[in-house]
Formats: sequence, C-alpha cells, structure tokens
Amino acid sequence: MYVLYAIISLTGLGLLLGLLLGVAGKYLKVESNPVVDEIEALMPGSQCGQCGFPGCRPAAEALAEGTAPATLCPPGGSALAEQIAALLGMELDLKDVQEPEALVARVSESTCTGCTRCFKVCPTDAIVGAPKQIHAVVADACIACKRCVEVCPTECLQMHPIEVTLRNWRWAKPRAAVLGELPC
Amino acid sequence: MITYHKPASGAHVGANKSVSQIMGQVMLAITPATAFGLVCFGWPALFLFLITVASAVLFEALCIRLKGRPAKPVIMDGSALLTGWLLAMTLPPWAPWWIGVTGSGLAIILGKQVYGGLGQNLFNPAMLARVALLISFPIEMTTWANVSPLFFAHSPSFAESWQITFSGLQNLDAYTGATTLGYIKTEFSQNHILPDILQDYSALQNFIGWTRGSLGETSALLLGLGGVWLMRQNIIQWQIPVSLLATVAVLSGIFHLLDSNHYVSPFLHLNSGALMCVAFFIATDYVTSPNTSAGQCVFGVGCGLLIFVIRTWGAYPEGAGFAVLLMNSATPLIDYYIKPRIYGRDRQGKPLEIPKP
Amino acid sequence: MLNGLSWLKPPRIRGGVHAEERKANTATQAIVSNFPLPKKLYIPLQQHVGKPAEPLIRVGETVLKGQLLAYSQGMISAPVHAPSSGTIVDVNDYPAPHPSALPIRMIVLETDGKDQWLELPEIGDPFQLSPENISLRVGAAGIVGLGGATFPTAVKLNMGRENHIDTLIINGAECEPYLSCDDRQMQERSEQIIDGVRLMLHGMETHHAVVAIEDNKTNAFYAMAAAARHFPAIKVMQIPTRYPMGWDRQLIRYVTGREVPVGCRSSEIGVTIHNVGTAFATHKAIRHGQPLVSRVITVSGGAVGKPMNVEVPLGTLIAELFAFCGVDSTQTARIVMGGPMMGDSLPHTGLPTVKATSGVLALTQAELKSTDEQPCIRCASCLTVCPAGLRPVDMANHIKANQLDAAVDIGLKDCISCGCCSYICPSNIPLVQYFKYASGEVAARQQAQHKSEQTKKLMAARQMRLERIAQQQLEEEQARIAAKKERERLQAEQETAAS
Repeated sequence: MYVLYAIISLTGLGLLLGLLLGVAGKYLKVESNPVVDEIEALMPGSQCGQCGFPGCRPAAEALAEGTAPATLCPPGGSALAEQIAALLGMELDLKDVQEPEALVARVSESTCTGCTRCFKVCPTDAIVGAPKQIHAVVADACIACKRCVEVCPTECLQMHPIEVTLRNWRWAKPRAAVLGELPC
Repeated sequence: MITYHKPASGAHVGANKSVSQIMGQVMLAITPATAFGLVCFGWPALFLFLITVASAVLFEALCIRLKGRPAKPVIMDGSALLTGWLLAMTLPPWAPWWIGVTGSGLAIILGKQVYGGLGQNLFNPAMLARVALLISFPIEMTTWANVSPLFFAHSPSFAESWQITFSGLQNLDAYTGATTLGYIKTEFSQNHILPDILQDYSALQNFIGWTRGSLGETSALLLGLGGVWLMRQNIIQWQIPVSLLATVAVLSGIFHLLDSNHYVSPFLHLNSGALMCVAFFIATDYVTSPNTSAGQCVFGVGCGLLIFVIRTWGAYPEGAGFAVLLMNSATPLIDYYIKPRIYGRDRQGKPLEIPKP
Repeated sequence: MLNGLSWLKPPRIRGGVHAEERKANTATQAIVSNFPLPKKLYIPLQQHVGKPAEPLIRVGETVLKGQLLAYSQGMISAPVHAPSSGTIVDVNDYPAPHPSALPIRMIVLETDGKDQWLELPEIGDPFQLSPENISLRVGAAGIVGLGGATFPTAVKLNMGRENHIDTLIINGAECEPYLSCDDRQMQERSEQIIDGVRLMLHGMETHHAVVAIEDNKTNAFYAMAAAARHFPAIKVMQIPTRYPMGWDRQLIRYVTGREVPVGCRSSEIGVTIHNVGTAFATHKAIRHGQPLVSRVITVSGGAVGKPMNVEVPLGTLIAELFAFCGVDSTQTARIVMGGPMMGDSLPHTGLPTVKATSGVLALTQAELKSTDEQPCIRCASCLTVCPAGLRPVDMANHIKANQLDAAVDIGLKDCISCGCCSYICPSNIPLVQYFKYASGEVAARQQAQHKSEQTKKLMAARQMRLERIAQQQLEEEQARIAAKKERERLQAEQETAAS
C-alpha cells in the first residue's frame, strides 16, 4: 500500500513540475540568448568573415551553442579567445592560436588615381579623400579588413605590418615561459 | 659598437644563492645529526641511508626521462638527493632495504613528480612517504634498534649488518626496543604514572641522541645546532621552528604543571621523537609551507598543536608526520587568507585614504 | 604638520635587499670634468615624461651653448637646449637610448670646439623673485627629475605650491649599486646643492626640507651637513642603506611616517621629493641662468678600464664615453643604462646619453645574474624583499599561464619594477620581465578594446549615414516622380484646355 502511495505522489509531483516547466518555457521565453549579445560585444565587430561565419553575430551564436571553438576569431587572437572561454567556462587550448599580425592599409601616393572606390567600401570610414584627389588612410581607424585592397584598381592600396615604434614596443614574454619548459 | 643581444630587464646582478646551493646548505646542516645517527646505529643504518638516497635520485632520474627531458640538470639541483636524505633520517635505522626503496619511490613519484616536479607538490615528499610507510608497514616502521655504535663489542658485525638490511635477522628482538615516546605510551595504557615510567630516563642521553629512534632524529642537540646555523645563513626563517617548538613547549608545560603524573614535560617533548628534525628541516620546506611571515607562524603553531595533541591523546606515540601533512594541506588556505598589505592600500586592497591634516 | 607622536611608531622599511654595492672605485675619485668635447651631439626631443619638445631651429643654423633648440609644448613637457656651440646638421630619427633602440626624433649638433656660452642674463637676489618666477625659470632651463624619473621639475614645484607642501625631501639615497654620481656631487658641490634646495623651498613656498642620505655615504653626509648648518630649515639625515631606499614612496614613509595612497601623488599628502642632482641643476639655472645641458654620469662595471664619474654634455654617444673610460668591448657582456637593478640593457653603444642617464655600465658575464631559469621552489624570498608588498611569485605564475587579469587583480599595477625579486630569486626567474611583459600586454589589450569600441561606433555612424543617404535618395526619387506626374498632369490639362 505504501509503495502505491509513494508511486502516486512522486508521479503526481513529476507531472506537476513538468507542467510548470512547460508553462514557464512557453511564457517566459527569451527571444535571443543574452550570452550571444555578450559574446558579440567582445568580438571585433568588423564582420570580416574570417571565421567562416557570415558575420560576428552568427559566430557569437555558434559559440553560445557550443558548436564553435573559443579560438575561432583570427583578428581577436588569444586575448579574445581567453575572454570568450572565461565567459562560457570553456576549456582553452591556445597552442594553435596565431596572434593576429597587426596590419594597416596604406596608400601608395604615386599610383593612386583618386577613384574613390576604396573609401566607399571602408566600413569604418578610415579612408579620406575626394574624387581625383590622392586618398589617405587614417591608421588609427583602419581595422585591416582588406576590402579596400580588393577594390583598388591600381593596387596602390596595400596592407603593411604596423611599424614598431617606441610607443607600441613591448617587452617580450621570457623565453622559458614561451617554450613551456617549466611548470607554472 | 658592441654586439647585439636581446633586451634584458633588471635586475642585471643577483644574489649568489642558487637552488642547488640552498639544497647543499640544508644538507650541510643535517650532516652532523645524520653522521651521529650513522655512528650510533652502525652498518645497517649506513646501508639503509645509501639505499634510500640512491633510489630517490634514481626515481627522480627515471621520472624526468619519462617526461622526455635530460635528467642531469634536474638531478644537479639536489632536491631529490635532499628528499631521499631527509626520508632516510626519519626511517628506523635497521629497517630492511625495501623500506628505503619503497619510501623513496613514494616520496619522489607520488609525493613530487605526479604534481609536476619541484615546487609543485602540496605535501612534503619525505613526510608523505614516511606516513605511507608507517601505515602500510607498521612492524618494520616501529622496530627500533638499540644504540649499537660501529666497532662496539655488542654491535652487529658487517656480515650480520648485511643480513639485517638485506635478508632480515632471526633474533632481531635482542637488538631492539621501544623509543621513549613509545615506551611512555605503552606504560600509560597500563595505568602507570610518569615518575615510575621515567625512572631509567636519562635527559642528557636523549638530548645528545644516545637513544633509540629514527636514523637521524635522535640528537636534539645536533639538529638544533644545524637548524640555528641554517637560520643564520638565512636559508630558513625563524617563524616556523620557533612557533612550532614554542607551541609544543607551552602546551606541554601547561598540562605538565596541571598533572605531572600523566603529562610529559616540555623538555622531554622537545628532546624526543621527530620534533627537532621536523621543526627545523621538514616544516620549513619552502614548497609546502606558507609564504608570509604571519602565515608561517600560523603554520608553525598549527603543526605544534597537532603534534602535541596526537602525542598526548592519539593512538600513535609520535604525530609529527601527520601534523606536517595536515598543515601542508592547509597551506594554500593560509596563503589565501594571509597576504602582505600592498603599499598605499589597506588590507582589503583598496587605496588608502588621504589623511586630513 | 608632523604628528607629534609619530616617533612612537618608527616608520618601517619594508622589504628590500642589501645588494653588493660596488661603488668604491668611482665614489673615491673626483668628478672628471675634462671630457673631450664630442664632434657630434645627438639630442633627443623627448628626454622627459610628457610631450616631446618642438624644434625651433633649422638645419644649417649655428647655435651657442645653452641656446634653446626646442620648446616645450603642453602642460607636462620640457625644453631642450644646445649642449655646446656649433651647427645644426640634422633633425631626424635616430636610435633612442632604449632597450629596443628604435628611432626617435633627435637634433644633431656638430660642435665647433669653442663651447661658447650664450650671453647669460644677469641675476640679482633670486629670493626677491616671486615663487612663480622661480618655477618659470626652472621650467625654461629644461630641468627634469635627474634621479631617472625625468618628470618636469617646474610642474612639481607648481604642484607643491598648490598643495601646501610641509616637507620637501631631497633624495640623496642613491641606493642602486655601482652608481655614485649623486654621492660625488654631494661631496664636491654641497654648497650649491643646499642653495638649490633653498631655491626650491622658495619656489614651493615650503619651510622645511630633509636631505636623506644613505648611511654608506658618510663623506657626503658630512659635507652636506656642513653646508646646511646655517639653514635651520634644511635638515640632513642619514637613512639605512637598503635598496630600494631611494624609491620615493619608501623614502617618504621612512622620513615622514606617511604612506602615499595608491593613485595619489605624494604632494597630495603634503610631501614632494626631488633628487640632489635636480637641486644642483636648479642652483645653476637660477643663480647663473644656465639651462640643463650637461650631467654627471657614472661609468662603471667590470669591463671598464677607468671607472669614473664624468660630466658630459647631453647627447654624447655612449661609444665616446666608453672610449674615454677605456671599456674593453670583448669583456662586455651587457651594457646597462642606469643602475643594475632598475636599468635596462642597451643593444649597442651608438646611443646618446640623456637627462635621465645617471650611469652607464659595461658588465662582464661574471657580474651578470644567470639567465638559466629553473622551477620556482616557492622559497618566498620575492615576497620578503618586495617593498611594495606584492606577491611576485603568484603574479608570475598567473602571467606564465596567460591569466593577465588575475595578475592585475593581485597587484601587477602596483609593481614598481625595482628588481628586488629578480635579484633575490634563487631559480633565476626573470620576474621583472614577466611583469613588464604583462603590463605592456594589458595596455595593448586595453587599446585593442578601445579600438574595437571605436570601430563599432564608426561602423554604426557609417551605417546611419548610408541609410540616411538612401532615404534621401528615395525621397528625392519620389519627389522627382511626383513632380513628373504633376508635370504630366499639367501638360494633360493644358492639352485638354488647348483642344
């Protein structure tokens, strides 16, 4: 008899809770995953597509679903991978992450025809100029998306590594830590 | 123009104290006590000592080779040698050879290398091995040889010694007995009182180390001298030894004053068992003790308290090994809660307030 | 006001190391003043904290010693003057005295050998000048903190006036090993330094100064005490010899018992600190009108044949300094600018000396700390010696594991790079380099973060603009269509009216 009571009460409890969950799921549904927004806020936002997704938002969605690795974003490098992994509580293997080479677009003044095609495609308005005038790149605003390089008819726009100066020179990580020779 | 090199940051000069030098100085500090132990307990002790130390080094080399790295530079830092040496000091001097080998294996492999090698282990390797051996092989680990110095008439000959270490001697009981602490514990269980128990006790012999006990732990005098020398050399700090010994002395002093029939005097506590060795050379192990002075004091007090409690009310006559291991496990916690105050900040890490004139 | 009971609680010295001094070979000889004038001087436009100076001379111009070459721009900056007379031959990028030796703007002066001073203004009693005038003149003389911080001195004097400083501390600790330029200056130029201190007090409207000298420099102490005996406002005191006693905040705590809160300047708690060399430069600037064009530099180290303190014009190449002091280049394993604890290595000797150069060391391999990094044994020596109360071992472990945020959380930004931890570490872990690397990386990440935010703003703005343009075009199109329809309607009406 007691067994029966137990079975009945537990079954009842299960059904009730299941119903509650179902109702909650229906009425309290969140349209977009808030984690996706958080991830998207971390990402470069240049919609470059180097990750294989059509933009930063789809990439963030894939990350939130767990179908993409934290290291998917080449321009973000290891810094971004760490932030994403921390946000999602993922395991992180930084071995294969290549630090993005810092690039900046530069106009070769001798071959620029002032065709204005480049500054029409620049997503951050980093190229200034006027028709028939030589264009110039505002280096601080350039995000190295390379779109201008693709449209330039005279190949006068080229990507160059950002020059190391006294302002952006940094101390290197000590050798032993880089090689992973020592436990930490 | 002088040749190019990679940018190097300060300090360009350094203190002349390397890891191997630190290890070397600790070994120098325990040499007198060890030598005294070897003389007291003769050839078997020497065999056991050599076997333990050699196997510790071999196990270390093996582990490093398994990691695919050259073993020589790691061996040269002296840490495996020191671990083996300290372990040997804590073993019964006439223990069979396999106790030494097993102990070294436990210490180096289980106590150190599985954590990732030097500096990574949570527990003191020598104490871990000692406690593991004590629990696994209680008979071998509590068979204490009489003091039988080399070349004395009643001491075992070289051949007998060989047998003691490598194949076991039949009439071993004739050569062995209980340690002071063990004897007291047994007598207490038969409801005897201290003044009767200690009729034959010689304070001086215990102080010098002319008594049954572990290979290198008997001489409170020589261990203390070695420890003080290490402090003078600035290899170890005073906090752990002083707080540990003071705790044991104060606690035993209080209880001894209250009831001198059932509680051992501070002097006997300090002179007996592993206390001196542990206070100066085991508890002060850099890797497994807290980083700050205050934390070290807490650690020392904790060790002392546990040692006293286990000795007085526990089942084992000596609790130093257990005490150190328990406090080792508390070290990360102590380091988490006791941190130095950063200049210009309060203890919580907030910037200080500008004082109003 | 000093707390009347502060003597009850003696200020503690925290951490620090007693490094082997190695000062004797330079501290016992007089400052060498007959350094042969170099043929060319390379004068960086930035030798100070803040904005670089702006050149106002042209290539080909002849200048006299002390003539203004570049003026300061902005609130925190300092001008640069000609260290000798001659012709300007170039204003261009040359390797900087920095571990990277990357180029910065420099003025190249070809000396004419006459070393002819500009006509200097006649100066009466400087104590009749207003305090503002003192700091103006100090600023115009291009004086910056000569202890190595190179913060413009005039700015500090102004801050002192604004904050009602009660104690001016003159830093004569010179705690770095090898260096003895301050020691020699205090021995040989004590009168001038004390005069400089009095001028600084006047400029800051402060009435109390303490000259703090480490107790291993007894000769300097006696000389300074004798020079200060007639001035009750200036107290000369000995402080324990322990690196980094010359860290301003350590010295402030020792002398006044006050601790500078994180994120504050010392002037906010009523203390300002200047170096003895700065006091001497102030004396020269106010009493003689001479701008800062030369400084005393310690040249020492195992590879130096004739170690010495030598006064050289700013912009002298280290190569010429080394040639004069007989440096054996085959023995030199590392060139260090500054002291061996905090100084940085230099890649070669073709770099100029600047206002910050207190010493140049040519160290042999035997003097260097081993670079063979071994596992940490948690000996906690680094905690014990850290004057800032940090946990270098934990910070380094976080950095090794790429957990930079964790390192920042436990105090990375409070590290002063004093080098005590690296000095003491038995495992030869380059702790300071870990911290410098991590600080740079954290700064770079913050910049990247900032840029990414800016990028998003720019993209949003562009998007809005494109939409607006599209909207406009749409409206124009609609207007055009509407107008066309209207025209057609009118035309149709006219046609119907006509027919």
